[in-house]
Amino acid sequence: MINIVLLTLLVVVAIAIIRMKDLFAVAMLSGIYGLLSASFFVVMDAVDVAFTEAAVGAGISTLLLLVVISMTGRSENSTRHKPLLALLIVAITGGLLIYGTLDMPYFGAADAPIHSHVAPRYINDSMQEIGIPNIVTSVLASYRAFDTFGEVVVIFTAGIGVLALLSVVRRPEDSDNIASINDSMHEQHLVVRIVTKMLIPFILLFALYVQFHGDYGPGGGFQAGVIFASAIILYVMLFGLNTARKVINQTFIQLIAATGVLLYGCVGIASLLNGGNFFDYNVLANDPIAGQHLGILLIEWGVGCTVASVMLIIFFSFAARREVQQKNENQHDKNQELL
Amino acid sequence: MDIVINISSGLCLFTGSFLCISGGIGILRFPDFYTRMHAVGVTDTLGAGMILIGLMMHSTDFLVLAKLVMILLLTLLISPTTSHVLAKAALHNGLVPELTPDALDQTSLDLKKKGKTSSNP
Repeated sequence: MINIVLLTLLVVVAIAIIRMKDLFAVAMLSGIYGLLSASFFVVMDAVDVAFTEAAVGAGISTLLLLVVISMTGRSENSTRHKPLLALLIVAITGGLLIYGTLDMPYFGAADAPIHSHVAPRYINDSMQEIGIPNIVTSVLASYRAFDTFGEVVVIFTAGIGVLALLSVVRRPEDSDNIASINDSMHEQHLVVRIVTKMLIPFILLFALYVQFHGDYGPGGGFQAGVIFASAIILYVMLFGLNTARKVINQTFIQLIAATGVLLYGCVGIASLLNGGNFFDYNVLANDPIAGQHLGILLIEWGVGCTVASVMLIIFFSFAARREVQQKNENQHDKNQELL
Repeated sequence: MDIVINISSGLCLFTGSFLCISGGIGILRFPDFYTRMHAVGVTDTLGAGMILIGLMMHSTDFLVLAKLVMILLLTLLISPTTSHVLAKAALHNGLVPELTPDALDQTSLDLKKKGKTSSNP
């Protein structure tokens, strides 16, 4: 019953996203879509996935979309041509996908391939082999450490890409000019500022809890990184980019992003050098279980560092772009007045 | 002792659900943005708080209790702030509240006064 309600809501939101012309509403709806899918995952007992979806889909991606919208403007351009060909292709692909699902085992079937392949081994042996209660973390960080390494590298690459495309060279004399804009903009948000100041330490603490509690419950480096980054982004939004730049050094963040990936890779290399396979944590300590614990702790730390700092890099690059845009507009206005 | 806890927690849960539902009806029935937001903003904080308190009475584990207390504190802090921010953003973007004629006269007078004082310097 609750599945049907959630799926219906998902479809309604998806259609609303397509129909809307107001991009701000679309960004908000995509956040709602993320939250709905997160609750759907909770219903299916996939708490870790739900956590990630709530943090990434509903949280930070909405935020980044909003930052982009503040640069591009709120309304969607109307399309002149009728995209019939695209509709046809989408319809065919969708039909094929639905046809493909007919061959899949029924929802919750016990003899489905996924339940008879490697999953029983994870469920039965991971406690002896890895020794941590949360199986998802042991699969992600130990059995499939190589895949996770790939994911981290993808995120790192995304950060580098954004930096390469959007990084702005700043001159120090710009700062005062921008500071005055920021001050006038932020003076009015007194209530939000105070509440935020109260909350930020707790958000950071919660991020650390998620980071280090990932072995025992839902959580881990990805979610923790996103939560950590969102606390800092909240600070930036309310106190201005300039203040934030004083607190957080840009070069330092970039360094941390690289260090995270490096730490992850180094754990793999260290296990190679100790005579095991790549990412075989058993050889990291005298006791295999202790080695696994150490390895998982280290790579989760690496993941957390990289994710948090890449999110911050992306946000700061977008925001700096917007700042430049704002300044140019101001300059333009002034020129108009002079003329 | 058990029955006292059961009854009081049931009462809390019932009040909380009632408040949440009345807030939901309010968001559908009230005429304009501000009154709708008022309906939800007020009932949501108390409703969610009541439900959390009702759940707290049932929890036997200390850890669960502590987590519920934290969620309660978070809701108490965040929910009013969100309503405040929403209303402020709406007002800032020029959404005019729907008012009865009397109040409308009063506000337009106020606005005129404000406009005069701010435009003079």
